[in-house]
Amino acid sequence: MRQVMDGNTAVAYGARLSRVQVVAAYPITPQSTIAEVLASFCDEGSLNARYLRVESEHSAMSATVGASYTGVRAFTATASVGLALMMEVIGVAAGSRLPIVMAVANRALCSPWSLWCDHSDTMAMRDQGWIQMYAENCQEALDFVPLAYRIAEDPLVQLPAVVAIDGFFLSHMSDTVEIPEQEKVDSFLPPRGPGLMRMDPAAPVAANVLTGPPFFTEAKYPMAEAMERVPGVAGRAMAEFGRVFGRQYAQVVAYRCEDADTALVAMGSVCGTVHHVVDKLRSQGRKVGLLRLVMFRPFPYDEVRAALVRAKNVIVLDRTPAVGTVGPLQAEVRTALYGTNPPPEVSGFVAGIGGRDIPEATVLRAMEEALAAASAIGRAGPAFVDAPALENWVDVIRSAPAATAVAPAVVEVKSR
Amino acid sequence: MKKGFLAHGMTTCAGCTMELIARTVFDTLGEKTIVVIPPGCAAILAGYSLETPLELPVVMSNLEATAAFAAGIRAGLEAQGKNDVNVLGFAGDGGTADIGLQSLSGAVERGDRILYVCYDNEAYMNTGIQGSGSTPLGAWTTTTPGGKASRRKDLGLIMDAHGIPYVATASPAYLEDLAKKVAKAAATPGPSFIHVHTPCPTGWRFPTAKGIEIARLAVRTGMWVIYERVNGVLEVNIKPAKRLPVTEYLKTQGRFAGIGEEQVAAMQADVDRTWSQLAASGEVLQSAGA
Repeated sequence: MRQVMDGNTAVAYGARLSRVQVVAAYPITPQSTIAEVLASFCDEGSLNARYLRVESEHSAMSATVGASYTGVRAFTATASVGLALMMEVIGVAAGSRLPIVMAVANRALCSPWSLWCDHSDTMAMRDQGWIQMYAENCQEALDFVPLAYRIAEDPLVQLPAVVAIDGFFLSHMSDTVEIPEQEKVDSFLPPRGPGLMRMDPAAPVAANVLTGPPFFTEAKYPMAEAMERVPGVAGRAMAEFGRVFGRQYAQVVAYRCEDADTALVAMGSVCGTVHHVVDKLRSQGRKVGLLRLVMFRPFPYDEVRAALVRAKNVIVLDRTPAVGTVGPLQAEVRTALYGTNPPPEVSGFVAGIGGRDIPEATVLRAMEEALAAASAIGRAGPAFVDAPALENWVDVIRSAPAATAVAPAVVEVKSR
Repeated sequence: MKKGFLAHGMTTCAGCTMELIARTVFDTLGEKTIVVIPPGCAAILAGYSLETPLELPVVMSNLEATAAFAAGIRAGLEAQGKNDVNVLGFAGDGGTADIGLQSLSGAVERGDRILYVCYDNEAYMNTGIQGSGSTPLGAWTTTTPGGKASRRKDLGLIMDAHGIPYVATASPAYLEDLAKKVAKAAATPGPSFIHVHTPCPTGWRFPTAKGIEIARLAVRTGMWVIYERVNGVLEVNIKPAKRLPVTEYLKTQGRFAGIGEEQVAAMQADVDRTWSQLAASGEVLQSAGA
C-alpha cells in the first residue's frame, strides 16, 4: 500500500512492522512525532507493545536497555541533546550486545541552541559500538528500521543500530511511501533470537559488571570483531530485502562515479540535491558523480576506496560542524584513500549545519572552490562553504594585535 | 526464607550492614527475581570481572538509572506475559536521593511495578565518604569537612508525595521487620519503596562490631522511624517505649565528633516534632493524597 507520510511516521510504521515489543521514548523536536505515533499505535492496539512514557532520554535508553535484556525487541527514538543525554547508556547498549534499534531525527547539538538539522548528534556517538545507517528519503526511513533489526539481531552481530533521518528535511517532509505487507516483514524479520545476554531467573547471569584491566579488552575486542562482520551480514540482509520487497539497498551507493573525474561524497537527505547537480553537470558534459554513504558505522573503507580511487578530485560534504578538526566524513574518506597511488585530491566542506539548507548553489560553490583553487585542497582544516560572513571573521582575526611572545606550535624533542 | 543467594566471603568492608540487608532482601524475594544494582557499595554484589557472588540474574545499571533499568526489565517481562518475576532495584542513597531521584520519580509516577530498596549509609561511601543529599545535619564527610550545614532529604515523604502504593522504612537491627516488608512490597501491584538505614563503620567512624547496636540506637532515639505506608495509610511499626536523647546515638560515631550544640538541639527538635506529630495522629496517619 502506498501512502503519503512524513519521515517520522514512516519510522513509526517501520517499528510497528518490526513488531517491537517495548518502546521507551521522550519528546524532543524533531523526533516527538515518532513517539506520538507509536503511542497511538499501542493505544489503538495496532501495535502490541508496552509503551514507557519515560521522564528523560537517559531513562529512555536505560529502559530500552533493561527491556532488551529480557529478550524482547526494544525501540527508542531521539535527537540532538536528547541523544547527548543518553550518551552514558549508549555505550551500555553496545557493550551489553543488545540489538536495540534507535531512530534519530538528526538535529544540531547546542550551543547555540538549534532545533534544526545537522549530524553532530549521531556523529558524537559514532565510536560507541552502534551500527549507523543514514536515510535519504522517507521510504528508507521506514525500510531501514526492519533492516536495522535484521542486521543487529543477526547472531554474528548482536550490536545496536541507529537509523538516522535528517531532522525536518526527512522527519517532517511528506513523501509517498510504500508500506510493506506485514507478512513479508515477518518473513524477512523473524522474532528476536536468544541473543548473547539475557536476564532470566532460570539461568542467572551477572551482566555489565565492574570489569578489571585483565578482562576489559576481552569484552571490547569481540565488539570490534562483531562490527567487522556487519558488512557481510548487511550485504546478505540487503540482498534478501531486495528479493522480498523489490527495493535494493547497499552500504554505499555510487552514482555515476565509474568514469567521474570529480566525485562528491555525502550522506542523508542532501543526496537528493547532489543527485540533481550531478545530472545537470553530466548533461553539460562534465564527468561528475556522487558517492552516498548509507552506512557510516561500520565505515565501508574498501568500498569507498574502490569507488573513489579513479577520481581526480574528491569533494566531501560534512553536515557536522568541524571545530579543531576536519569533518568526520572527510576524515574517514581521507583514511580510506590513504596510500592510493596517485591519490585523488580530497577537499572537505562543512555545509548545512544547524538546519541551513544545502541548495544547488552551495554544492556548486563547494565544487568550484575545490577545483579552482588549491585553497581547500590538501589543507586539513575546516572549510565552511556556506558561511558568507567568513571573510569578515578573517578580517577580525587579522586585525588582532600580535602577541608579544608566541610559543612554537611544535617542538622537537631529541631525548627524555 | 529459602537458600542464600549471596555467597560469603565478599569484599564488603568489615562490619558492613548493607551486606546483611542485601542477604535478607534477596533471600526473601527468592529465585524468581531480577536485580538491578548501580555503581556504589553494592556493585560488588553484582560481581567483578568474571566472578559474581550473586545467584540471581543481575545487571549493573548506570548510577542515575536504577529505576529506569528496572522499569524497562518489567516492561520486557510484561510484554512476554512473565508476571511472576520480582524486579528489584538495590541502590544507595546517592544513587537514589541524588542522581537517581529523577528516574525513580518517573518510574513511581508511571506506576511501574518495581521494588526499589535504598540502602542508606548516608553518604557516597564507595567513592570515599563524600556527602550526599541523605547525609544528616552536622555529619562529617570528606566533602563536608566542617560538618554538613543542611538537613537531609526525606525520601519516604518524597515517595509518598507520588502516591506510591507501598513505602516503608527498615533497619538491619530489625531484620524480621525488613523481611516482612520486602514480601509485602513484592506483592504490591505497583511500585514499592523500602528505605533501609545502613550504618557504615568505615564512613561513620565506629568500631566494626557496633553496626547493629547503632542501628538500634537510631530507632530508640527516634532518629530513624520504622514505619510503613500502605496506600497512603501510615503505621509506625516499632515504637520505642521511652525515647533516648539523640546524643546517645550521635556520640557513638566519629562523624558527629565536631557537631555543635545548636545542631544537636536542632536535631533533637526535629525528632521531637516528628514524634509529637505521630502521637497527635494516633500513630496511624493518612497522607493528604490518600
